[in-house]
Amino acid sequence: MSTVTTTVALEHRSPVRTLGWAVPALVILLALPFVVDQYQTILLAYGLVMGIAALGFNLLLGYTGLLSFGHSAYFGVGAYTVALMVKYLGVTSMELFLVGAIVACVLVTAVFGIACVRYTRIFFGILTMALSQVLWSLAFKFFWVTGGTDGLRVPTPTLLGLVTGKGDKIAFLATAYYYYVLGVFVICTLVMWVIVSSPFGRALQAIRDNEVRAEFVGIQIRQYRWVAFLVSGVFTGLAGALWVPLNGLTTPDIMHWTFSGEIVFMTVLGGFRSFTGPIIGAIVFNYLKTYAVGYTVYWQLLLGVVLVVLVLSLPTGIVGTAERLWARWRAR
Amino acid sequence: MSASVPSPVLLETRKLLKQFGEFRAVDHVDFRVQEGEVLALIGSNGAGKTTLVNLISGLLRADAGQIIFRGADVTAQTVHQRIAAGIARSFQLVNLFDQLSALDNVALAIFSRQGKTRKLFSLADADRPVWDEAMAVLHLFRMESKARLSAGGLAQGERKLLDVAIAYALKPRLLFLDEPTSGVSTREKAPIMDTISSVVRSERISAAIIEHDMDVVFSYADRIVAMHQGTILADGTPDEIRRNERVLTTLIGTPETRG
Repeated sequence: MSTVTTTVALEHRSPVRTLGWAVPALVILLALPFVVDQYQTILLAYGLVMGIAALGFNLLLGYTGLLSFGHSAYFGVGAYTVALMVKYLGVTSMELFLVGAIVACVLVTAVFGIACVRYTRIFFGILTMALSQVLWSLAFKFFWVTGGTDGLRVPTPTLLGLVTGKGDKIAFLATAYYYYVLGVFVICTLVMWVIVSSPFGRALQAIRDNEVRAEFVGIQIRQYRWVAFLVSGVFTGLAGALWVPLNGLTTPDIMHWTFSGEIVFMTVLGGFRSFTGPIIGAIVFNYLKTYAVGYTVYWQLLLGVVLVVLVLSLPTGIVGTAERLWARWRAR
Repeated sequence: MSASVPSPVLLETRKLLKQFGEFRAVDHVDFRVQEGEVLALIGSNGAGKTTLVNLISGLLRADAGQIIFRGADVTAQTVHQRIAAGIARSFQLVNLFDQLSALDNVALAIFSRQGKTRKLFSLADADRPVWDEAMAVLHLFRMESKARLSAGGLAQGERKLLDVAIAYALKPRLLFLDEPTSGVSTREKAPIMDTISSVVRSERISAAIIEHDMDVVFSYADRIVAMHQGTILADGTPDEIRRNERVLTTLIGTPETRG
């Protein structure tokens, strides 16, 4: 009898249901560059990059219950690592950029994490924010290294040692680079999905739900939080590294706490209680911001209003609300 | 004075002390649990029972004294180390992962016990042996029909049992149960205690139960330790405790209140 019930429980969570919408979504993402113009494709690439950042961020917020207000730091570390590799080492390989960004982010998050995971709630948030502001001021002040507010230029990289962006940069970004970003995005999403579905991921959710009890089933809370912090930061840093070639330039702005706020915003917008929420939120936020900036100089005011309305009326975000509506529709 | 058949000492505290300001919640307590026994800790509110359990399980740090478990000094050990050594506990105010299902709650303890919660790159759902074991644990606690329900939605009595089931799934040698029947109706108390008692005795787990209900204490415990104002007032078999004048006057009140 017990086996029967277990089987039901397993089927209930089968990844097949997830694949049901993941495959069509991927097909659309693959086909889109053939349908829409180059500008739209590049815009979507930005959205996917921010999706990776938000996915990493949400490992802490949604799964571990820690609100970081300093993820701009790791995005920035990823971006500046690439820029400095170009400036000092003359590297052009995108793969080396990604490896460099991962290594740099592991080092920074390992150290920052030791300090931050000692705290929770608002104290954690404030500390992550303070540490990110330290990095921001370094990028801002050490202009002979970082270029200060002028930032650092990053030329188009070589992809897989084959494809270079020589010639038409826009065409490169809208085709080869878009697919490169999409590839990394798919890998990151899969890896994160495995992590949150692993026993480790379950342990994080247990810590989120009940810290004391988690400790009393033998989970070493701080260590687990630290690992989550590390993984989270590395994902966001990877996004930073992918973002630089798109933007062609990195400036201290992306290290500023307001950029951390944007990562929080997009995650809440999409819904931090679901796995896909941050991805959807990041893509939607990217469009929202682009068009809001285009229409009005008061775009921050506009986004602020959106955030207030969202938190008050749709606390579960876009994905959470959609799931609820879908369930209600099916129940009819 | 203590149990008739001498069995090896599993846990021992030596002059264990915990102070909250001037108040000595646990005042130089020498407390023992033998291998395989079911012991009841009784005493009025504030007697120091829960504090003693908190010290032994690692929720609180002792101010002085020693805790010896299976011959090793665990006084300075972390909760994680004590659990690995074989000390588990349940909580007076039920402490569950409310958003997870009953099955998930138990499975998490098993994953943790097996060291699998350190794995980032394997799917929890694919680990059949763990889910089968979790189901077996729920079966033992007569809760398999509730496996899929979220822990937050269970009735109080079921929540109490699930709390114990989680601790049991850690395969402890010594299980502390902090008021396993508090907050449930009188009618539910006996079935809950029957279930816990049968599991503990069939697996030969040593258990220390904090309990207020004297009927429960006298019918399920091999030995009773009575605490009062942070110290141990009496220690003996249920019969000895029943006849103990000091216990009767300080804790039980009238001799009629017996099981």
